[in-house]
Amino acid sequence: MISMFLLQTVASAALGKAFAGIGAAIAALAAAIGIGKIGQATMESIARQPESAGNLRSSMIVAAGMVEGAALFAIIVCLLAVVIK
Amino acid sequence: MKRLLLILLAFLVGFLPSSAQPQEGEASADIDIPSVIFSHIGDSYEWHITDIGEKSIAIHLPVILYSKTSGWHIFSSKKMEEGQYGDFVFNEDGKIVEMVDGAQVRPFDISITKNVFSLMLSSLLILIIFLLCARWYKHHDVLSESPTGIAALMEPLVMMVHNMAKENIGEDYRRYSPYLCTAFFFILFNNFIGIIPFFPGGANLTGNIAITMVLALCTFFTVNLTGTKHYYKEMLNPDVPVFLKPIMPVIEVFSALMKPVSLTIRLFANMLAGHIMILSMVCIIFVMAKMGPAIFGPMSVVSVLFGLFLDLLECLVAFIQAYVFTMLSSIYIGIAREKG
Repeated sequence: MISMFLLQTVASAALGKAFAGIGAAIAALAAAIGIGKIGQATMESIARQPESAGNLRSSMIVAAGMVEGAALFAIIVCLLAVVIK
Repeated sequence: MKRLLLILLAFLVGFLPSSAQPQEGEASADIDIPSVIFSHIGDSYEWHITDIGEKSIAIHLPVILYSKTSGWHIFSSKKMEEGQYGDFVFNEDGKIVEMVDGAQVRPFDISITKNVFSLMLSSLLILIIFLLCARWYKHHDVLSESPTGIAALMEPLVMMVHNMAKENIGEDYRRYSPYLCTAFFFILFNNFIGIIPFFPGGANLTGNIAITMVLALCTFFTVNLTGTKHYYKEMLNPDVPVFLKPIMPVIEVFSALMKPVSLTIRLFANMLAGHIMILSMVCIIFVMAKMGPAIFGPMSVVSVLFGLFLDLLECLVAFIQAYVFTMLSSIYIGIAREKG
């Protein structure tokens, strides 16, 4: 009885949209932390050995691209949760 | 002191309700932000350029359909302006369906939509630019003079892709360099054309998952159809202890299938997110218009500046995404061409 009532409340409260917003925030947080760590390692390495800056820059861009790809998977799922009726 | 009071009074005047609010009896013209954004990033049967007053100026592109019951239909999308033409209506996703015995049936649809037309325009642009570059190289000796004109603009980029292919693929990189250059410049040009806000730009082609999926599938087929025996042996029969032999092939095949999926989603989501952010920034102006000049003025300045910043960020992201796609494709091809 109570469970039916709770189920109805949950279904009608459009919780999908609310949690999609939280999911997008978590995805942005994850992307920021990941790319921040990559940037930190690259800065320290360039500071130690400035002549390898070119190589390190390309590797940083590739690694940042992969991390952003993972975060954007989550963003697309959140977008689908909001848009699909 | 008096001057301070005058300034404060002038500032408070800005908080009076704006005279742009609807009068009694008029319909409230609230801007529908989601539909504005989705109409800019989605595909459509016509290319809407602008609205002059009440009249909308659009290029009506041809609709080409083949239905199993009534054969080929080719007509301008202007005929669908009322929402119906003959047996054809729009379904709720905005696609054309045919009413067959009361049920909605989607015919075989190869219309020239906004994305298809933009694809044709950008391909024409790429062809013109690179055929002109090739003409320079045909008429001049590379070893004695450096390029001028459009060849000088394209040469560093082409050499960048070429060197990327050489260091990732190895000796037979020349076979794959044309594909990598095509992928790089296709993505780069279409990303840049998507950022331009007016016709003939602004069609959001690489933010369309079908386009990026086809690009990723091209990489997938290039990698897997030209893989060496060593590559397949490493994938399906690796040199591991016996208790790992059943699961390693599963993991390897799964990762080989996930690579094109990740290429697709990375490019699609980056471009789509960028466009949505820029459009949202500009829509802020229209939302703030009703809230009085004190908020409207500063927020418009903030919105324009932020929109400009996001546009420049989009240019950077456009280049980075083309570079990352090509770099990852060359790495995958390099792994597939390893010879024991």
